[in-house]
Amino acid sequence: MASTAVAEAPRPAGFRFGRAARRYGWTVAVYALLALLMVITIAIKPDYGSFEWNTLTLAALPLAFAAVAQTMVVLSGGIDLSVGPLMALANVLALRAMLGHDLNYSLVVALIVLLEVTLAGALNGAIIVVTRVPDIVITLATSFIWAGLALLVLAKPTPGIPLDFQNLAQGSTFSPWVPNALLVLLVIPLVWIPLRRSRAGLAIYAVGSDRNAAFRSGVNLGWSRLLAYAVCGFFAACGGLALSMTTGVGTPLAGTYYTLSGVSAIVLGGVSLAGGRGGMLGPVAAAYILSLIPAVLIYLGIDPNYGQMIQGVLIVIVVMIGGLGVVLRRA
Amino acid sequence: MSVRVVSAVRLVQQRSIVVLIALLVALAGLIEIIRPGAVNASWVSNILEFAAPLGILAAGQTLVVITGGIDLSVANVATAAAYIMASQAPYGVTRAIVAGLLVGVVVGLVNGVGVAVFRVQPLIMTLAMGLVVTGSLNVYSQAAIRSVPGVPAVIHALGSGTVLGYVPVSLFLWAPLAVLLILGLRGTGFGRLLYALGDNLEATRLAGVRAWQVLLANYAACGLLSAVAGLVLSGTVNAADLSLATVLLLPSVAAVVIGGTSIFGGSGSYSGTIVGALILTVLNSVLTLLDVPDAVKQVLYGAIIVILAAAYTRVLGHD
Amino acid sequence: MSAVPNDTPLADSAALLEASGLVKHFGPVVALRSADLRVRGGEIHALMGANGAGKSTLVKILTGALTADAGTITLGGRNRSFRSTSEARGAGLICVYQDPSLLPDLTVLQNLKLTATPITAFRRYLIELGLGGFDLQTMPRELARPTLSLLDLARALAIEPRLLLLDEITASLPADLTVRVFNVARQVRAEGRSVIFISHRLAEVSALCDRATVLRDGKTVGVVEPAQGGEERIVKLMLGPVADEVAAEAASPSAPATGAVAVEVRDLKAGILTDVTFTLRYGEVLGVAALEGQGQQELFDCLAGVRRSESGQIMVGGKTRTFRHPADAIRAGLVLIPADRLQALLRQRSVRENIALPLVNRISRWGPINTRREKRRVEKAVKRLQIDTRVQSEVRRLSGGNQQKVGIARWLVGGFQTLLCFDPTRGIDIGTKRQIYGLIKELAAGGSAVLLFTSELPEIQLACNRVIVLFGGRLVDEMPAAEADEKALLRAAHGLPAEADAEQEA
Repeated sequence: MASTAVAEAPRPAGFRFGRAARRYGWTVAVYALLALLMVITIAIKPDYGSFEWNTLTLAALPLAFAAVAQTMVVLSGGIDLSVGPLMALANVLALRAMLGHDLNYSLVVALIVLLEVTLAGALNGAIIVVTRVPDIVITLATSFIWAGLALLVLAKPTPGIPLDFQNLAQGSTFSPWVPNALLVLLVIPLVWIPLRRSRAGLAIYAVGSDRNAAFRSGVNLGWSRLLAYAVCGFFAACGGLALSMTTGVGTPLAGTYYTLSGVSAIVLGGVSLAGGRGGMLGPVAAAYILSLIPAVLIYLGIDPNYGQMIQGVLIVIVVMIGGLGVVLRRA
Repeated sequence: MSVRVVSAVRLVQQRSIVVLIALLVALAGLIEIIRPGAVNASWVSNILEFAAPLGILAAGQTLVVITGGIDLSVANVATAAAYIMASQAPYGVTRAIVAGLLVGVVVGLVNGVGVAVFRVQPLIMTLAMGLVVTGSLNVYSQAAIRSVPGVPAVIHALGSGTVLGYVPVSLFLWAPLAVLLILGLRGTGFGRLLYALGDNLEATRLAGVRAWQVLLANYAACGLLSAVAGLVLSGTVNAADLSLATVLLLPSVAAVVIGGTSIFGGSGSYSGTIVGALILTVLNSVLTLLDVPDAVKQVLYGAIIVILAAAYTRVLGHD
Repeated sequence: MSAVPNDTPLADSAALLEASGLVKHFGPVVALRSADLRVRGGEIHALMGANGAGKSTLVKILTGALTADAGTITLGGRNRSFRSTSEARGAGLICVYQDPSLLPDLTVLQNLKLTATPITAFRRYLIELGLGGFDLQTMPRELARPTLSLLDLARALAIEPRLLLLDEITASLPADLTVRVFNVARQVRAEGRSVIFISHRLAEVSALCDRATVLRDGKTVGVVEPAQGGEERIVKLMLGPVADEVAAEAASPSAPATGAVAVEVRDLKAGILTDVTFTLRYGEVLGVAALEGQGQQELFDCLAGVRRSESGQIMVGGKTRTFRHPADAIRAGLVLIPADRLQALLRQRSVRENIALPLVNRISRWGPINTRREKRRVEKAVKRLQIDTRVQSEVRRLSGGNQQKVGIARWLVGGFQTLLCFDPTRGIDIGTKRQIYGLIKELAAGGSAVLLFTSELPEIQLACNRVIVLFGGRLVDEMPAAEADEKALLRAAHGLPAEADAEQEA
């Protein structure tokens, strides 16, 4: 019989290595880049210590959540341009309710805020699924709504997050090199790993990967997309609370920065904007990289205004390298 | 045979535009009810004046969205163009205007290279370029020690002057531009190719079209239009600060979507976008008239876009 | 094809599935008028019909992807109507489609988990399909299409369905894998379960199926037993009144042409394609016969400028050309008609814009369009190809056959010297197929050169003057169309020498 393209024999180890490189190569490269940047930082600033490290983790925390929130939706094949305003909403809701209360009260408030903003995220998803209007349009519109609501809750930046609540992220309970801000990140695997292993999590990947095939595989497209938006809302709420903890301030206008930087982080983190491909490790590392750049500039004595520019250039370079691969392969 | 086919398409398009225009009139009627006598020639003149920068900014956005892309750097480009124009004004108005427009073309070309040659998703490419533009502008503004530069008189007149008492000067720029775009999209090879690329990039390539040329030109055109919008806007508000056009980014996309251009590309028109821009401007005027606080205004603004987009999708039954 | 098996359908077993009077409208379009289908337990039942006859709508209704506007479905005697594919799946109805429904970015194991498929049963069927030792951690994105089809089939079999629907699954399978699928289908039948088999290939249907239900224009027009000389009846039923006309136009292989050389390919190498050399003359239709994945895709892609060759030459009109982009090939007069029509068409745009696309494909043509001239040229092409443009302006509303005609009409307007047809009739009904082959012959007679690949070997003789055969990326045989009957082509396409070759050559 004719031989066909069907490979039937068990594959040699080399193939498996190639496959691992293809699947996880980007994530490894992002961590390598982060490590390289850290080395450079320490070379520039020999007295880099736990304080600087702590500052970095604090700056990266809200962004990491923003990136993870966006990743949820992008994996399902969508995009959420309202992640930043959702974070701002969580942030100001927390401030309004916590003002002048103790830790226990604040923790209850935090739970309620998580619930509220998760629902807001789910509402994004519900509108998209029900109206069938493209996600980019709906979340663009709802970004106005969440930002407006945030302004209604709090008209201008106001300090007043209880100190005990702030210290959940700001201190270093265990070791100066393991700041609490790093530990708070554990929320991500706590939610993500069980989700990813569940059928619902697989369904989210499935919807992003190939909607038609997902439908034929019996996946409920509407619910899966809605779930992705709801989990995105949850992580955005975490991001808003992280913002409260790290800054102690309620800032109704924090939104725009985190929407854009969140998208930057997932691109850098190797999540395919086409959906269905990527994980959470890459975006988190990318959030650290993006937060490290302004710090490095300051250590170098360069105007931190260059930070935004460099972030933009970095993304352009990263995506162009990705694109170049496609172009070269075609040739 | 095909005549009937084409006219059927026109009919559907025109009907949706009729619906949009009806909405526009209804909003104006609402204003008239809230405050009788408010809708008069000077109100219309005002609306047109404020709609012009948005309309021109959304023109570039329309071109890009038709190809299936999106340009999130239009507002940054508009801001940068206006700021650089203003800062160059002391060296001569012509030089200033050329410098401003050049900013748009250059950024547009870079966007185009990224999207067309390196195959970067437009969303990402333009987002990143937006960051680069704003970052560079910040650095530039610190280097040019001068305080916020003033807007030259010509630009001010362009943005907020009127002729015969009621006709805004900017209309003399916007109207010919609109005619050019509407006719160009319908009746030129370039226009055809924009729709073709938005519909099916691979098929367009197979038909012998070098897609990168079209996309590059298109993003450059979008950059240029954004710069023009920035200049007009700086004339309208008579200032050029570092966040001049930021508020117009989302409306520029909203105007395109409300105007019926598919966000996935391949269909749409600039005439729709014009009506979209007018609707958004009138809406703003209604909310201002009602003395709605800014925060509530934003919420309503967002809600109305959702409702319009949903109604639109329902009516046209896109699947 | 293999000999017709002599398994007579079980005498009078009760109907497993009975669908009657199914109706489905899509807006003003009627997809199903009145479809009836009766499948017995333990039979392989073919569902036949020309394109647009309503087969896929019927399949979608049976599997719960669509709900019918009217009509009843009973399964095992119980009235059923499925609201989702998973509901149908739960009742033991499952469909394997032509394009595999495995998710490209989940591992095969995750795909199984997603669909709650028992893994041991899946493995067992993999072995039966010849894929023992398959690594479940592989991602479908990394696999070839025939493999995906088999995996999809094994996944469906693993839930032990009462009724298995195979929707054109063999269309993308090479002959050897088709045999494996047939064996498994027969095994399902032997276990008393049933299969609905959908295929455009009559030979497959008569080799495999016990009975065939034929649909035309959304209606069931007959039930036939294909094994007992039913093929002719099936064709007649499918075509309706046109059948006689088509039958009259018997296939008469054309003689080799002797025009000037249009394209000369020398030692071409690209991917699997190795050292391929041949010439294509004006006035001839040169057929390419090959099983799936023998380098024909690479050959066409190189000639059309879609991919670059690694070495070798393509000469057009005596001059060596390098194609870096389809535009280069088009300038040299080589144009491609791809198998997947939608790959070449702008679905949302009008028929006219689709046909006129090559007229604006250069920077020098970016300016204003002369509408009247364009309209005249487009209408001429539409008339010549008898494209049915009544339906709607948008190309996506046209039937598959009409879409393919639009793809060809484009080049009648755009101009060409050499037409590269890559499986242009894939999934197209017989009537339109003949029309397209007729046009191809006509174009060649008018002095054009045509290179034609078709996945259906018997069709080679319908249109070609001469045939080249690819196997394993190499050109292994060349013969005039008169000798290229299905048997000869099959042997050559499998890399076997022609039976009487040795004696004749000597």
